[in-house]
Amino acid sequence: MKKQIMAILGAAVLLAACESDPNQNVDVGSAPQPGSSEDFRRNVKDRVFFALNKATLSHEAKQNVDSQVQWLKTYGNTNVVVEGHCDERGTREFNQALGAKRANAVKHALTHKGVKKARIKTISYGKDRPPVAGTGEAVWAQNRTAITVVQ
Amino acid sequence: MCWLIAPHVHAIKIEVRQGQIDPTPIALVGLQGDAELGSKINEVIGTDLVGSGLFRSISPSAFIQDAASAQTNPRFADWRLVNAQLLFVGKISQENDKIRIEFRLFDVFSGSQMLGLSFSAERTKWRKMAHMIADAIYKRVTGEDGYFDTQMVFIDESGPKGKGRVRRLGVMDYDGFNARYLTDGKHLVVTPRISPNSMEIAYLSYAGGTPSVYHYNITTGRNALLGRFEGMTFAPRFSPDGQSVIFSLEKEGASAIYVMDVKGKQTRQLTPHNSIDTSPCYSPKGDQVVFVSDRVSETDKDSKYVNLFVMDASGSNAKRISFGGGKYFQPVWSPRGDWIAFIKSEEGTFKLGLMRPDGSDERIIQEGYLIEAPSWSANGREIVFTMEKGPKDRPSLYRVNLTGHNLQKVKTPHDASDAAWSKLLSETPTQ
Repeated sequence: MKKQIMAILGAAVLLAACESDPNQNVDVGSAPQPGSSEDFRRNVKDRVFFALNKATLSHEAKQNVDSQVQWLKTYGNTNVVVEGHCDERGTREFNQALGAKRANAVKHALTHKGVKKARIKTISYGKDRPPVAGTGEAVWAQNRTAITVVQ
Repeated sequence: MCWLIAPHVHAIKIEVRQGQIDPTPIALVGLQGDAELGSKINEVIGTDLVGSGLFRSISPSAFIQDAASAQTNPRFADWRLVNAQLLFVGKISQENDKIRIEFRLFDVFSGSQMLGLSFSAERTKWRKMAHMIADAIYKRVTGEDGYFDTQMVFIDESGPKGKGRVRRLGVMDYDGFNARYLTDGKHLVVTPRISPNSMEIAYLSYAGGTPSVYHYNITTGRNALLGRFEGMTFAPRFSPDGQSVIFSLEKEGASAIYVMDVKGKQTRQLTPHNSIDTSPCYSPKGDQVVFVSDRVSETDKDSKYVNLFVMDASGSNAKRISFGGGKYFQPVWSPRGDWIAFIKSEEGTFKLGLMRPDGSDERIIQEGYLIEAPSWSANGREIVFTMEKGPKDRPSLYRVNLTGHNLQKVKTPHDASDAAWSKLLSETPTQ
């Protein structure tokens, strides 16, 4: 919540700067517009991580989902896609299914906390679009994930 | 392409059921009449036969009799001296816009002809002709159909591993030659399967946003959704009669098994949406289905992880058949019905295994850093699969005999995965 307010304040300062001197070069990319997908990605914990072969939300994962809920309640006209991913140490079809289960675990948590079902889509990328490139347990742990993306 | 059949006398026979066998030595004498094409054709025949593990090709440098006279009048004593058991001779002639190949196969010990065939085709089809000759020799010697004049559908992979990977649906000869691509790489595609008549492909594509099973007709080029569903459809496989596709449908995170006719008219649900049920594969008779599930078995509450189950084609009587350690994936029923090949993940490695359809007789025939996507040759003797040998390796296709012997890399244009092997494309003549 704190981060979110900071972001909004940051944007306000930048806007003020623009007003006072229209010729000044302002890097607007550094402060995403509130309510934008970039704002969500940067200022909310946009992803949760799962244990090996699991699709259940840990305590930490639930907290991350809570921060997503706060944001989604603030910006009620946004929609999201929850992307489910698996690490590369598995077979293709099962991971396709596991990714879907993970994405849906987040979807259920979001709807349980009051986000409307119609605002949430899910997609599974199985093991075929890992968010983090590379190999080894540290990378695989980051790829056992569900990422909420604002559209 | 037409076959003419000459008389022969029956002689030796290789028994392919045993484990490792001594390969039968064959002398492949260069086809006369077109030396350049002749040697190319012989090379393909030799690679096919030797690749099966059942034959050994004798080096032409050891030959005593010259090719021209061997073709017309083989001196069997000379061929016995170089330890050949089989002698292959033949010639190529031009016939209008086609080439005609005549060949004979002799049993060197008895000096008798085992096979004498001739056929003609467009010159551009010389590789196919070579595979057909190899199939004829394989069948004559083993008594079983070969697998050389076949194709595989597969996924061509290029670009960096991970997010930026480009995947195209491809089709190629079983030995990796003549690859062509059916999709442009814009959308993620995986798990292609080829229909029993080798004319259709069922595969998973992200082209429409929701990952869905598509149905591609190779002859017409028609490419369409198998059917419209609320949720992801994946893990398709054709029924043995080619009339329907069995697959998984995911709803709210739970994946169940469904079957739909290829015309997309009727769908039947076979398992409930309670767990992950996927990778369904019919028995060759079509009366049963083997699949993967992470459900807790009704009869064995001890079951954990991921196991193989067999059920009736109606969806009833699901029984767990895998009881070893590790997780079991991707079961594929042998076309002969006698084995189920599967992938097992255990203690950080992946294994290619076989078990009987009742779950007995489990054995591991290959192990590696990452192994997946087994597919049988139509004669049930060979398995093609995807393997990465280590963390830095990229996926490649390999073939292995069901005994676990004779591992061969399939030479593909780029990295490749998820091969599905067709049946024989032409009928091998029986004499």
